[in-house]
Amino acid sequence: MSQLFLEQLLNGVQLGMFLFLVSAGLTLVFGFMNIINLAHGSLFMIGAYAMALIGGVTGSFLLALVLSLPVVACAAWVIEVVIIRRLHERDHLDQVLATFALILFINEGTTMLFGRVPLFMDVPASLSGTVTLPGGVTYPLYRVAIIGAGLAVALALWLIIARTRVGMQIRAGTTNRETVEQLGVNIDRLNTLIFVVGAMFAGLAGALAGPLTSVEVGMGENLLILCFVCVVIGGIGSVRGAMLGAITVGVVDTMGRAFVPDILGRFLDPATASGISAGLSSMSIYLLMVVVLVFRPTGLFPVARSV
Amino acid sequence: MRDTHHLPFLLGCLAALLLLPFVLQATGSSYLISTATRLVVFAIAAVSLDLLIGYTGLVSFGHAAFLGVGAYTVGILSFHAYEDTTLIGLPGTLSGLVAIPLALALSALAALIVGALSLRTRGVYFIMITLSFGQMLFFLFVSLEQYGGDDGMMMFEGRNRLPLLDLNDRISFYYFCLAWFVLFFWFCTWLVRSKFGRTLAAIKQNQDRLSSIGINAYWAKLQVFVIAGVGAGLAGALSANHTEFVSPALTHWTRSGDLMIVVILGGMGTLVGPVLGTFLFLLLEEFLPLILRGLGLGLLSEHWRFVFGPILILVVLYAKTGLYGLIFPRRG
Repeated sequence: MSQLFLEQLLNGVQLGMFLFLVSAGLTLVFGFMNIINLAHGSLFMIGAYAMALIGGVTGSFLLALVLSLPVVACAAWVIEVVIIRRLHERDHLDQVLATFALILFINEGTTMLFGRVPLFMDVPASLSGTVTLPGGVTYPLYRVAIIGAGLAVALALWLIIARTRVGMQIRAGTTNRETVEQLGVNIDRLNTLIFVVGAMFAGLAGALAGPLTSVEVGMGENLLILCFVCVVIGGIGSVRGAMLGAITVGVVDTMGRAFVPDILGRFLDPATASGISAGLSSMSIYLLMVVVLVFRPTGLFPVARSV
Repeated sequence: MRDTHHLPFLLGCLAALLLLPFVLQATGSSYLISTATRLVVFAIAAVSLDLLIGYTGLVSFGHAAFLGVGAYTVGILSFHAYEDTTLIGLPGTLSGLVAIPLALALSALAALIVGALSLRTRGVYFIMITLSFGQMLFFLFVSLEQYGGDDGMMMFEGRNRLPLLDLNDRISFYYFCLAWFVLFFWFCTWLVRSKFGRTLAAIKQNQDRLSSIGINAYWAKLQVFVIAGVGAGLAGALSANHTEFVSPALTHWTRSGDLMIVVILGGMGTLVGPVLGTFLFLLLEEFLPLILRGLGLGLLSEHWRFVFGPILILVVLYAKTGLYGLIFPRRG
């Protein structure tokens, strides 16, 4: 039981890492640019497609990973220049609609290019084994690598934001954009930079997710809505909050699916229990979010904003 | 309030909608009656959403959830009537006199709960929390294995029964939906012109100001949220009757997105706008593939959303007044 528990806990953390990679961009773009970007999930999907296609052609996991990031960056750059830039001065409704329309465009375009049949790819041979963790739990190496990659990105992001000049400008811009602009910082360039870097995190998550799930149209949106929950729980604009939210959502979701049926099964008859638990476990994270918002309407780590 | 100037236009539209079945039958295209019914039903939901988005400035991204509550109420009652089983001790029914009022009551209750919690937040948090509530209900419906789970369920007993009116006759059903639409539209017209409507307009402008003159903005927002939820629930109940089929797809988040698109295409902040938007949306859905095929773009006709997306982006960026603004340009 404890072995299973630990394994599911790690699965939860690993899902949390994906959620963090996507949420980080989402929350930065919102915090700094004040833009809600529904099409952020599409960048996750583009990353996954690039990975699967390049991987399929070259047969090299590493090469595909290295090449898919620039693909996502280019896509993000085009999106930023053509659409996102025009949405700065608009209200959230316009942003939601324009980026929703962008999803329609990207999804339909992807379907036209690659069809509706999902793509699959294998875990690379070098990462396909298992590792034995302290306590005797064996766990797939690839998933350990994902957790490691997620933590590395989080650390790098924290260092950039907390310790560098650009990071200082980002923090200042999140609090008061106009003042930073007055001080001679090229906000437009910073916007593009944040958008593209955020997109690359999402693309990285998509590329890494490729071997674990089927690569298909719509994969981004399912994850995106989970990321909204992470971001809302953590506090919009806060990277630290996104991390906390992502891990919480990942663990609660995974644990809910793994253990709620068992627990309910002890009190109810099996048929009722399985029916209720299926609903309950997929709703659990939304319930969690509601509880957080009832007590902290601006999330756990609200970002001070003077607008 | 601008709507009041268009009484001739409104009466003209009403006359057209009343005569539509005759015209369609005379021209031998009575299959379009079903599309017309969809228009009327979908328009109820769009108008109700505009009460939130256009009149109160509340960007609700989970409106389709209430469509689902209305539809599943009708569907589940019909299911138990067909199976002759009970739900928490109560029998199912096919009677529209029970099913439709119950659908409205339950969607009001759902909107009350969702609204009471979501309206504690503002701005982008509100968008995300309503989206999440929508997803929550979506997964709830998916998990209802007994009622078809993912696939949804057919209503084997057909549409609801009413005294004097046979809803299974498609023309009667069209008029039944049209009557509900006119009733709801009239109610909304009255609502937005009332004192309450002005409170909503004030909330849209600046809700902090309201508290300083002693108006409880939260309470007003909750009221309009429930009213809009009932509108969507009504549309859901009618839609279930129309298609004789209920499925979680009705509450998918893209459906909420579609509803927002409809409001924007037509012109938000007006009651006529969402109706025009619904008309345009259904028209595009039916005819954009044909137009694209006519232009020799056969590949695009199947993937019409590939063309629709950019059109929508252009509308959002450059034509915010929507179809309404084209038809009734503001002077000055």
